[in-house]
Amino acid sequence: MNDVLDMGRYGAFVWPCFALAAIVLAWNVVAARRLHAAARQHALRRAAEEAAP
Amino acid sequence: MNWTWFHKLASPPHAYRIAARLLPWFGWPAGALIAAGLYGGLVLAPADYQQGDAFRIVYVHAPSAWLSMFVYATMAVAAAIGLVWRIKLAHAVAAASAPIGASFTFLALATGAIWGKPMWGTWWVWDARLTSELILLFLYTGVMALRASIDDRDRADRAAAVLALVGVVNLPIIHYSVYWWNTLHQPATLTKIGKPSMAGDMLWPLLVMMLGFTLYYAAILLIRLRAEILRRERDAGWLTTELAR
Repeated sequence: MNDVLDMGRYGAFVWPCFALAAIVLAWNVVAARRLHAAARQHALRRAAEEAAP
Repeated sequence: MNWTWFHKLASPPHAYRIAARLLPWFGWPAGALIAAGLYGGLVLAPADYQQGDAFRIVYVHAPSAWLSMFVYATMAVAAAIGLVWRIKLAHAVAAASAPIGASFTFLALATGAIWGKPMWGTWWVWDARLTSELILLFLYTGVMALRASIDDRDRADRAAAVLALVGVVNLPIIHYSVYWWNTLHQPATLTKIGKPSMAGDMLWPLLVMMLGFTLYYAAILLIRLRAEILRRERDAGWLTTELAR
């Protein structure tokens, strides 16, 4: 396990890169889904307002 | 030639529905390929004889750098289609692509800087490859800022499209910078598919990661495109029916 973390003495450089990539990949998913959910909510609210007498 | 399919594809309701159907076909393979690429790159690939295990950074750096340019090219093509044929969906694709491309350009720069420290002895140098990639990040942020700063959507689309097209000149500069100038950055690994400058057991995880990242971009683009369509079509009649489903 220590060998994996150590990465031949480059662990301090290798793992932050993979962690950063994971953060960027996760952020893209979360941000896109939030954007879609917000746009959908907004559209639903407008549709409800228009349908109201 | 019958162009009905093309017009249908460019219609927002059709694009909104087809994006939802296509999403799992890109999202799940992207996840599987990235997982396989990570396993191959971190576990199966041997350490490099010069760089040791530090070379494994290539498995996130190169796909990010590839996407930073691929997404920009996609954005520029969409912007050109929007400008020339006035297809609103093309502008929506360009608008949806920009933040994704910016995030991958940031990732390419950040992972490159982290890789540079142990290999070059510095986080950053103002050489041609790094500087042109930084300019690409500024282009992405410029396109997004320009679009956000104009209230009228059509004018914002046109202005952002023109800036995106002007910025295309930076793409060949990024790609050929390592040949045109003396740079610290190494030449491209995958220029010649038939004769790559990488051993096979190191190469396949990289190719798998690059394909996985590309499919991932397509999946995120589809989600963002659906949001963009909803925002742009807020007054359209089809939306009420669609959302009621």
